[in-house]
Amino acid sequence: MPAPSATAAPAPPKVLRVPEHTVEIVSDSGEGAQKCGQIFGAVSAKMGNGVWTVELIPAEIQPPPRVPEGASGNRIRVGEHPVTNWGDRTHLVIAFNEQVLLARHRVDALADDAILLVEDKWARSDDPDIVAAWNAAMKELSGKHYRIVPVAMEDECLTIVDNPKKGKNMFALGLLARIYGRDMELIKQQIAHAFRKKSEEVYAQNVALLELGFHWAEDNIDIRVEIPTHPSTKPQVVMNGNEAIGMGCIASGMELCAMYPITPATSVSHYLSEVFEKFGGMVHQAEDEIAAVGVAIGASYAGKVAFTVTSGPGMALKTEFLGYAIMTETPLVLVNVQRGGPSTGLPTKVEQSDLLASIFGQTGDAPHIVMAPATIEECFHIMITARRLAETFRTLVMVLTDANLATGVTPYDKPTLDEKWQAAPLDLAPVREGQKAYDWNKETGLSERIIPGRPGGMFTLTGLSHDDRSKVAYSSDIHQHSSAMRSRKLAVLQSLLTPPTVYGDEKGDLLVVGWGSTKGAIEEAVDRARKDGLKVSALQLRFLSPLEPGLKEIFKKFKKVMTVEINYSDDMGDPYVTEENRRRGQLSILLRNATLVDVDCWGRVPGEPLRPMSILEAIRGRLPRGGAA
Amino acid sequence: MSYTCGLLPVLDQSDDHQYEMSEYEGARARWCPGCGDHSVLTAVQRLLAAEQLIPEQTMMVSGIGCSSRFPHYMKTYGFHGLHGRALPVATGIKLHRPELDVFVTMGDGDCTSIGAGHWVHAIRYNLNMVAMMLDNGIYGLTKNQTSPTTPQGFKSNTQPFGSILPPLNPIEVALGITNASFVAQTAEWVPSHLYATLRAAYKHKGFSFVRVLQRCPVFTPAIFQKAVQDPTRINLLVHDDGVVTPDLDRIYQTQTQHDPSDLAAARALAEQTDRINLGVFYKDPSKPRYEETRRVTPRTPAERVALLEKEFARYAV
Repeated sequence: MPAPSATAAPAPPKVLRVPEHTVEIVSDSGEGAQKCGQIFGAVSAKMGNGVWTVELIPAEIQPPPRVPEGASGNRIRVGEHPVTNWGDRTHLVIAFNEQVLLARHRVDALADDAILLVEDKWARSDDPDIVAAWNAAMKELSGKHYRIVPVAMEDECLTIVDNPKKGKNMFALGLLARIYGRDMELIKQQIAHAFRKKSEEVYAQNVALLELGFHWAEDNIDIRVEIPTHPSTKPQVVMNGNEAIGMGCIASGMELCAMYPITPATSVSHYLSEVFEKFGGMVHQAEDEIAAVGVAIGASYAGKVAFTVTSGPGMALKTEFLGYAIMTETPLVLVNVQRGGPSTGLPTKVEQSDLLASIFGQTGDAPHIVMAPATIEECFHIMITARRLAETFRTLVMVLTDANLATGVTPYDKPTLDEKWQAAPLDLAPVREGQKAYDWNKETGLSERIIPGRPGGMFTLTGLSHDDRSKVAYSSDIHQHSSAMRSRKLAVLQSLLTPPTVYGDEKGDLLVVGWGSTKGAIEEAVDRARKDGLKVSALQLRFLSPLEPGLKEIFKKFKKVMTVEINYSDDMGDPYVTEENRRRGQLSILLRNATLVDVDCWGRVPGEPLRPMSILEAIRGRLPRGGAA
Repeated sequence: MSYTCGLLPVLDQSDDHQYEMSEYEGARARWCPGCGDHSVLTAVQRLLAAEQLIPEQTMMVSGIGCSSRFPHYMKTYGFHGLHGRALPVATGIKLHRPELDVFVTMGDGDCTSIGAGHWVHAIRYNLNMVAMMLDNGIYGLTKNQTSPTTPQGFKSNTQPFGSILPPLNPIEVALGITNASFVAQTAEWVPSHLYATLRAAYKHKGFSFVRVLQRCPVFTPAIFQKAVQDPTRINLLVHDDGVVTPDLDRIYQTQTQHDPSDLAAARALAEQTDRINLGVFYKDPSKPRYEETRRVTPRTPAERVALLEKEFARYAV
């Protein structure tokens, strides 16, 4: 049964003053919901709200219309203060049909009292199947306390355009602008930017639709949401994690990105392909993943450090070359934008299941550096660190991000750029008298590398076991020594790191340890737990290989330590699962090994970022009496 | 990418130094006595001396296999890489350092089996380098396994009742790839032809693919024996734009004037199986070279920072 029409006599608007609100715009693929959401997010950020935007992406390019699996759009969490994660559930949805709305309902994405603005032309369709589907959907949705507001979006659009399919998204943006009191001038600027390659006429039509939506909401929708704004005093930039990776790569002075298309990593190369040449760099799209890393290694060997960007299946293919870079001490940066696995897994969805494969996935003993940025801002800065570490330590540096960081969009303080972040010009001076290919410092394992072009330095790089002159050597002494030299570098790096900082009190009942993109959600859950009086703190690790120092000392001050990760682990109590056979979270395995502390774990693989409320529930579950005071 | 020619210290060196062949010799070659790889090594060292290539400006890249030991035996910079993956590495080196002279050595398994995808695409990219496929029709280092170019019926450890498939024809494949710019075939047992072909390959601006027919003295000593003993089984492709070897005229009297710019004729020659054609099948120096189509203006750190500031402005809140 259709809900009562909102076009009835309007009551005075009810104003909701809230510290945050989460909005979704969902549609069939290709209906422009993402553009609407992006502009809404950008304008909210400009007005001084904290914003975290994520894309809702179907796995197929053109799924059939009006099916739940085709739900495509954006989810924007808007807050008074900076927003560090996508939050729990959505408060207000604009849906272009009831089927995509159902999709969000079925994954428990919507708050119990969510406001759902839904295109209602389907209820009036001539096709009885569509009407039946609409009615069934309304029945399914009626199980919750949603407030369903039917909106005749296309009919309204038809009053000023011929084809309402194009431009409905601007009408929806107008609705949001009125409901959330967004600055219309800022929105128009964003529209002008989004359609900068189109004609003036296109711009004018989009603005007309925007205003139509705005006025329609003014007259017909009785909901207003106010979220206090605090414009930043510092200049800020807003982008997704993959763009931040791309910009970080430029800022580090790297000049070659060799890649092969793979979701969700490819957008790094999309961004770089557009701008990199301007910066004296290039994206080389190789014939396959193996060639991509081979080209990067060849370029790195010959001069400045190069990088390759991939996701799980691509990293698996690159494995042999990664071992080669480590064995030959050729600097290389690899970015793995993790997705669900194993195998093809969940190509567009977040997961943190590549940690152990990243550290231990190469054959032989292959010590190298593995790092994980925890925020979109860190995605930028980590590339500068990664380039420098790769050069200094003459090894592979892996950077693990994930689909959450890759597609999440949030503002951060504009970095203050430094020329010193960039690679030095190539040194092609003759080598020192007697300089060897691997002049290992016997204490540290560090050595200066020789690049082609340097007179007197000729040698042949080889992945075979070799001595310090890079001569093939099968003697046991040499293999033991060279293995030690490659390994020692990680201990040296760890000695240079400072112990990580605990979020919250340095002692307590429970320490939650995470890595990578979960930082925002974990800390928000910990904040809520602490508000409830629970003695919980959090720790987020950026270095996974080597681990950051001082962990054992930190862990000792807590009664219990657990990891929270987006990878699969058995829960105690699952059938057949015992303390001995339990398959644990990947970080917890590393921590148990490094500290001999009985680190517990909680992990889920929902194909979406963890919600703070789920983490909070896990925290309570690990505390005596469910954390009840 | 940086172009560092201006920094090259070699410019400060006295240019009257004459490199002898011996100055390109690295470690003593440890291939089996009678292995064709020795001939190729000698021809390359002779070529480098003839062209007076600067050792530190010269890169030898290889994959894995007997022939891929090549860089160790040269006194240049060397990159002894992974099985099948020499070409991606060479691509990365040449993209970043186009001023280096790059030579790639692969075996038949390396090039036409595990690395076949890279081979196809390296021909398409057409970077300026010499790629030699040392083709003895067998996996030697791993001890006698069938390769894609093993003659049909040949017994190996993996196909003990005889090689099952007809052999792949690398010249036909190479000539079938869009943007191929230099395709030649020579033989290890005809040293002057080998040298002349490699020299033509080096002189060609573009990706020069050279298949060197070889015998493995241990596992395939007989595969070209008839041609070795009977020069009439060999047809020399001669042309002023290809390879001319007057010193061979007395022994190899079967010759065909073949204009290497004629792709259709080249393909017809490549299809012939009744005789062995040696020479330049195809050559087109006008084909676009990847390192040139991808050339970018280098930036200083200061320029890059200034441009990045502008880029951040596009993303300003």
